[in-house]
Amino acid sequence: MNPNMKFRSGALTPFQSRRRWLAALAAGAGSMALAGCDRAAGDARIDATLRSAEKLTLGSQRLLLDHQPLAREYGERDLSPVFRVNGSSMPASKEYARLLQGGFVDFRLQVDGLVQRPQSLSLAQLKAMKTRSQITRHDCVEGWSAIGKWQGVPLSQVLDLAGLKPGARYVIFHCADNLGETADDSGLYYESIDLLDAYHPQTILAYGMNGRDLPVAHGAPLRLRIERQLGYKQAKYVTRIEVADAYAHLNGGKGGFWEDRGYEWYAGI
Amino acid sequence: MTTARMPSGALPHTAPAAPRQLVPRHSVLVRVTHWVNVLAFSLLLMSGAQIFNAHPRLYWGQYGADNDHAWLSVDSLHGAGGWRGVVHLGPLTVETTGLLGASRVNGALVPRGLPAWLTIPSYQDLAAGRHWHLFFAWLFALNGAVYLVGGALQRHFRRDLLPSLAELAPAHLVQEVVDHARLHFPKGEAARRYNVLQKLTYLGVAFVLLPLMVLTGLTMSPGLDSAFPILLDVFGGRPSARSLHFICAALLVAFVVVHLAMVLLSGVWNNLRSMITGRYAIETEGARP
Repeated sequence: MNPNMKFRSGALTPFQSRRRWLAALAAGAGSMALAGCDRAAGDARIDATLRSAEKLTLGSQRLLLDHQPLAREYGERDLSPVFRVNGSSMPASKEYARLLQGGFVDFRLQVDGLVQRPQSLSLAQLKAMKTRSQITRHDCVEGWSAIGKWQGVPLSQVLDLAGLKPGARYVIFHCADNLGETADDSGLYYESIDLLDAYHPQTILAYGMNGRDLPVAHGAPLRLRIERQLGYKQAKYVTRIEVADAYAHLNGGKGGFWEDRGYEWYAGI
Repeated sequence: MTTARMPSGALPHTAPAAPRQLVPRHSVLVRVTHWVNVLAFSLLLMSGAQIFNAHPRLYWGQYGADNDHAWLSVDSLHGAGGWRGVVHLGPLTVETTGLLGASRVNGALVPRGLPAWLTIPSYQDLAAGRHWHLFFAWLFALNGAVYLVGGALQRHFRRDLLPSLAELAPAHLVQEVVDHARLHFPKGEAARRYNVLQKLTYLGVAFVLLPLMVLTGLTMSPGLDSAFPILLDVFGGRPSARSLHFICAALLVAFVVVHLAMVLLSGVWNNLRSMITGRYAIETEGARP
């Protein structure tokens, strides 16, 4: 048999069959890629690798933000006509209902943990301290932005009043809202930041918004503003500030309600 | 492979092809950064679609949320007949059920901005989408930096991408457009270099669209906005930067579609080989029978 006949008996030259094979390979890789994406997305090791980028982000932003630049402050005419309400809009606890009914006269902010002088501060006491007012942009992790005017006491004032003990590294905010809607306290909102952000001049405990008392839907009577990070770091309904050397002992161990549900602890991007 | 190696007479119906010569086409730098970019761009696009779905509305200005005017919104409406998808683009309203706003997951129409086959993961998971996006954003940016620095050092941009004045003459540009439209691609010596349309397109992608993707992406970071407030002035606010990020991504998708079409039409295996091994086959005109 003529060796050349082999090419025609199969209707393909080696060159053509190689093309077919490569095309099949490419098509197979394509469909596997689609099916494989979800499997890869669910793989813990792949997720850990992807999340290693958070260290790069934190490290590089710490370098760039070490001199504590301010977030952009806007004018009155830049205010969002409607500031979107997100997350909890009304804590469900009886204790919160009681405080709200009393106009938060009985509200006390607890400051404890690694501090020299634990505090229990009323709203009147907080309002008597140094105040700061700022019109800033709130950036939600979902992608929307709203501009609001916030009035409150710089967190640094409260921390200095209590006096940090050696070993203090994080400031943890415990909140009144159970966003997880759990029967126990495991679904309570909480957040944590490090001291660089805690001592940033625009990091305030806000009790006023857009020239009025902070509305319930936006975290009354007291919420955190930390202007160089995303919205989920801006804890609402703050009732207790705990200074600590770590946050791993709390709930999911990732330092916040959304952090325990997969979001980055450092939310500067 | 040259046709000379084919057994003579095996393919009697093919016209005798011109002898071919393999010439160096792409440097190692271009090849490696090209394929890293393919990987990073693909995953950035899919994870970006996942992130977009968390809030499928786009705005201009310093703020933008549900109560503000969106120039583009992908809406999911629920009625008696189930979910419907509608896209609002400026004054236009387009029914997009099946693709945008409402698409099928396991056979049933569900509300989602972009369809499941475009997003990673396919199910709604903003946190996971961000992990993919921010990881590959780093890879993409570092790869781009290697390309820009290496390309400058190797004179790749000046030698291969910068068009000459003659190439930019209107008559020449028109001729190139006509040739492309007729799918007449350069042969012989002319095929050794990029033609002027390729040069302008690649320059636009490498020096305009891709850097804009990085910069508009960084403008969405509240941390970087405080480190570099000029970003907010250049792009006109975070919502504007997010809109531009989306528009540039759409332009890049359009580029990839045309790029792939051109690769297919001008010789897919030759093009693929040149981007893998670096060698590109050209027909040597002088040797034509």
